[in-house]
Amino acid sequence: MAVSSAAVQPRPSILSRSLSLLADSRNALGFGFMLPAAALLLVFLTYPLGLGIWLGFTDARIGRPGIFIGIENYQYLSEDAVFWLSVFNTLLYTISASILKFALGLWLALILNQNLPFKSFFRAIVLLPWVVPTVLSAIAFWWIYDSQFSILSWALIEMGLIDHRINFLGDPVNARASVIAANIWRGIPFVAITLLAGLQTIPQSLYEAATLDGASRWQLFRFVTLPLLTPIIAITMTFSVLFTFTDFQLIYVLTRGGPVNATHLMATLSFQRGISGGQLGEGAAIAVAMIPFLLAAILFSYFGLQRRKWQQGGGD
Amino acid sequence: MAETAIKKTKRQELDEGGMGYLQSLPRRVVTVYLPLLVFVIVLLFPFYWMTITAIKPNLEMTDYANFNPLWVVHPTFEHIRYLLFDTSYPGWLLNTIIISTAATFLSLLAAVFAAYAIERLRFSGARPVGLAIFLAYLVPPSILFIPLSVMVFNLGLYDTPFALILTYPTFLVPFCTWLLMGYFRSIPFELEECALIDGASRWQILIKIVLPLSVPGLISAGIFAFTLSWNEFIYALTFIQSSENKTVPVGVLTELVRSDVYEWGALMAGALIGSLPVVVLYSFFVEHYVSSMTGAVKE
Repeated sequence: MAVSSAAVQPRPSILSRSLSLLADSRNALGFGFMLPAAALLLVFLTYPLGLGIWLGFTDARIGRPGIFIGIENYQYLSEDAVFWLSVFNTLLYTISASILKFALGLWLALILNQNLPFKSFFRAIVLLPWVVPTVLSAIAFWWIYDSQFSILSWALIEMGLIDHRINFLGDPVNARASVIAANIWRGIPFVAITLLAGLQTIPQSLYEAATLDGASRWQLFRFVTLPLLTPIIAITMTFSVLFTFTDFQLIYVLTRGGPVNATHLMATLSFQRGISGGQLGEGAAIAVAMIPFLLAAILFSYFGLQRRKWQQGGGD
Repeated sequence: MAETAIKKTKRQELDEGGMGYLQSLPRRVVTVYLPLLVFVIVLLFPFYWMTITAIKPNLEMTDYANFNPLWVVHPTFEHIRYLLFDTSYPGWLLNTIIISTAATFLSLLAAVFAAYAIERLRFSGARPVGLAIFLAYLVPPSILFIPLSVMVFNLGLYDTPFALILTYPTFLVPFCTWLLMGYFRSIPFELEECALIDGASRWQILIKIVLPLSVPGLISAGIFAFTLSWNEFIYALTFIQSSENKTVPVGVLTELVRSDVYEWGALMAGALIGSLPVVVLYSFFVEHYVSSMTGAVKE
């Protein structure tokens, strides 16, 4: 008993000494503190990212690990009209929705930046579409776009503007316009509120000085507001473009890609082929095909941030 | 940073709209109030339509000739009763609450340590790691769900809540870390230096000084994370099979929509009740929400 305790005695002190040594080293401590986040992200983000790229080169199916088939998936996709249609749809969806989100969001931000009664109340309710789960608000849109009982058709007929119900989601052109409109509805609040934050950092004295110099309202906007807002516009729109490009929920609820694939985005096509159709390899290849576009958006964001540093007079 | 952001807005509220008084009232009506009214109506109409449909009897819902669709003559709680007692909806709500809470808690825990290490320990390579975390936030779930579904299946997590609790942090951790880094940056170095001189360990500094000072940041990161997990759809759709394990967004969409009969009343009630928790949470902390959102972007 006594022997064993004597033998054990010195060990804790070495352990605690090395522990306190570790606690003093910022690198060791930093490593320890980073561990939970790094483990989560490496296992569930970096690894799947690599696995996805690998799956794109295999013919994996659900329940069967695939074998390496080189670029066969991509060769197949490059001859697949539906895939190219989905690329076209995604670009159309992203570009038109982003431009309109930006224009309307900026307009709303400029309005909210005015001296309004109940200002904080308005700011709060404007954010609502962004807070509510997309799927649930998309279900509301589904009902709004119903072919028989659409409230929009009813209102337009009552006003005498049209004489028959609009087939919102059944016709390719209408369906595209409808999903874009729903996406804009959901995206405006985010753009408006972040741009509003940017607007509030612009000092009023600049406007006063410009007004004294005889600037018109348009010139105030063009030569004072816009240049000072550019950095935050770059960041906001990068995020907006990124999330619009990879959108899935809205399409899945409203059209599932139909009619005749007119609203299939790359994300929904990837889901349809990969999960519903069981062709994991092909689905992964479609997802991987989105990466170049995303990289372009991220580079755009990076240069936006650089420009911001330069504008603030910092180095780099 | 949050404090300064709030102060900044307070100060700027005073000179905001600085030269607005130069505009005449009719001009303001046309340039400000009318567009604002249109925006508010368009942004809020789907919620109104959701609510009114949820309490409308089926007869009124489809008879536009005799009833004005914008109003309800005989409000009924039949759809809500059906939803709560004849479907698995309460179970989905419970699942969503459990999954969101667990994922939020896990992500916050990881994010606090990571943000503190990157922002304050400044270990070698802290900057690249910070950048990597930011880039991780830009990886969208739409390109991860296929490989993740393979992983989830191989790990034996398929159709269990753990599949979601463990995968939600992929977008929550980067976001929370990024937000908390901003908060930690606003805490003066001097406080930590004093504590170090008094013999506090890094751990004690984090627990007793930094965390109490960043409670507002923790709250907003927590709310954001909770909302994001509550709203998540694609992972929940892919990784969960059985009805009793589904979350609210997936359950409402896949279980309430039967082959050809759309139960619009129940669907709208489901959408409404599923939105309420995040809206209530948000309305309590709206000031936090707006200022931290704008603050996070500003940094």
